[in-house]
Amino acid sequence: MSTTQTLTPTMKRQRRANLRRNAFYLILIVVGMVAPFLAYPVFLMKVLCFALFACAFNLLLGYAGLLSFGHAAFLATGGYITGYLLASYPAMTPEMGIIAGTLAAVVLGAAFGALSIRRQGIYFAMVTLALAQLVYFAYVQSPFTGGEDGLHGVPRGELFGIISLRSNLAMYYFVFAVFLIGFAIIQRAVHSPYGQVLKAIRENEPRAVSLGYNVDAYKLVAFILSAGIAGLAGSTKTVVFQLASLTDAHWHMSGEVILMTLLGGVGTLFGPIMGAGIVVSLQHMLGQSPLGNWVSVILGVIFVVCVLSFRSGIVGEINKMYHKNFK
Amino acid sequence: MTQEFILETRGLTKEFRGFTAVDDVNLQVREGHIHALIGPNGAGKTTVFNLLTKFLPPTRGEILYRGKPITGMKANGIARLGLVRSFQISAVFAHMTAMENVRVALQRPIGTSFHFWKSERTLDHLNDRAIELLDQVGLREYADVLTVEMPYGRKRALEVATTLAMEPTMMLLDEPTQGMGAEDVDRIVELIRRVAKGRTVLMVEHNLSVVSRLCDRITVLARGSVLAEGDYAAVSANPLVKEAYMGSEAEEEEASA
Repeated sequence: MSTTQTLTPTMKRQRRANLRRNAFYLILIVVGMVAPFLAYPVFLMKVLCFALFACAFNLLLGYAGLLSFGHAAFLATGGYITGYLLASYPAMTPEMGIIAGTLAAVVLGAAFGALSIRRQGIYFAMVTLALAQLVYFAYVQSPFTGGEDGLHGVPRGELFGIISLRSNLAMYYFVFAVFLIGFAIIQRAVHSPYGQVLKAIRENEPRAVSLGYNVDAYKLVAFILSAGIAGLAGSTKTVVFQLASLTDAHWHMSGEVILMTLLGGVGTLFGPIMGAGIVVSLQHMLGQSPLGNWVSVILGVIFVVCVLSFRSGIVGEINKMYHKNFK
Repeated sequence: MTQEFILETRGLTKEFRGFTAVDDVNLQVREGHIHALIGPNGAGKTTVFNLLTKFLPPTRGEILYRGKPITGMKANGIARLGLVRSFQISAVFAHMTAMENVRVALQRPIGTSFHFWKSERTLDHLNDRAIELLDQVGLREYADVLTVEMPYGRKRALEVATTLAMEPTMMLLDEPTQGMGAEDVDRIVELIRRVAKGRTVLMVEHNLSVVSRLCDRITVLARGSVLAEGDYAAVSANPLVKEAYMGSEAEEEEASA
């Protein structure tokens, strides 16, 4: 009964920070609810899908310290499995398709992780890249993906068999809900007993080993979680755009998610969302302008500037400024 | 009979690409002792240490803990047996507070360390115990400080608190006073003496005054093999040891004693 928990000043400060964060979440939710009336919902859905993808990637790089160069494989796997199931079995509802796609990404993540997790640094990145290329070529050849043509005309269907997702507004709110669920899972994982161990491993891996932790198992869990949420993003994207294509499996996509995460701020909660928003907006705007062919060049320049001058990303830099001025 | 030795090695050998760093070492550590492993630079102390703690696999030989072979176990596995090591460079989690550092060690036995769906507040019941442990090493007022902001000597004390949280039966300390000023050295010597009660300690140490003050038994390594073993008086009187390692330093000690 005497659970006199000692609340240290730091913990009180943390609790206050938590309150501030909750307020921020609330604002985010309100903005998300109003957004489709201010901007084109399809564009917003694209941003949300990539934001979720970047958040999943950030869980791995920012909190487990693992740089995967093969995350496109999970995005694509989610997309193809969901697309194939929804197109082939009309009885399938969209949420069933998305769950199946996510599970497929989880399984693939477990396989990738089991093969790569013991490698360190650049070797880890290379192994994940090689495995993702393997998956890419498998999808080029497989009949169920439609090869070079991709899968088209995937029906959006009725959510739970009752709510039609044909209207972009209904679809938007569904995507927003999926995004919030994925984001919440990541947040909880980061601030959980597991998250504490993950942080300790990132800070000092040999010490974590000497405290009895099997560090590879913890990293593997992070990898699988990240792969699953990347798959969730891919599955949802397929339902939104009613197509799944090789673009998602290409290594460009693995690079793009790195760019989004670094630009917004790796290891921050909102960085990947902002990074995804900026990259998708740029692609959208530039794609329609005469500069269309220069998208890659412009993104490349932004990437170089980001890495050279503000390494902690936009949100990371804002956090630094905040701490400098208000502490 | 084997039980009097808590840790034992038989013919322990480690070769790196033809170079024999550790050669046929038979080490016996008695339960309850503070045992030092000393030797000149390159004698293989740290390699032996890494072999014992499974951070390196041995080329040949056996390691026994309480008479049972642990040669094939993994580093995290022997930590769970109660054999907990420290590191040469202070091993702390820099961007966590002192309290969180200790809590990470307390957290594993409660079995929720893979629970990514629970709030970290479920760990709050460990805070009191963590602060108690910090108190034992004189770090109570540092509980809230981010470890990266703590002075070096305090970090080493924090490392000891974290190790104690594992409730080790045996502590393996890798140069616990390395890089410390005289004041910090005294503090750490006192701390080791205090926490060694009821435990076994094996330490690699350069500072001979620390060894003479603390240790019950000393093993001297030179060029990868055991040169001498005994208490401080016996070892420091051994002419082989004087020649190989202590040289003038030992004579000075004797002169002053």
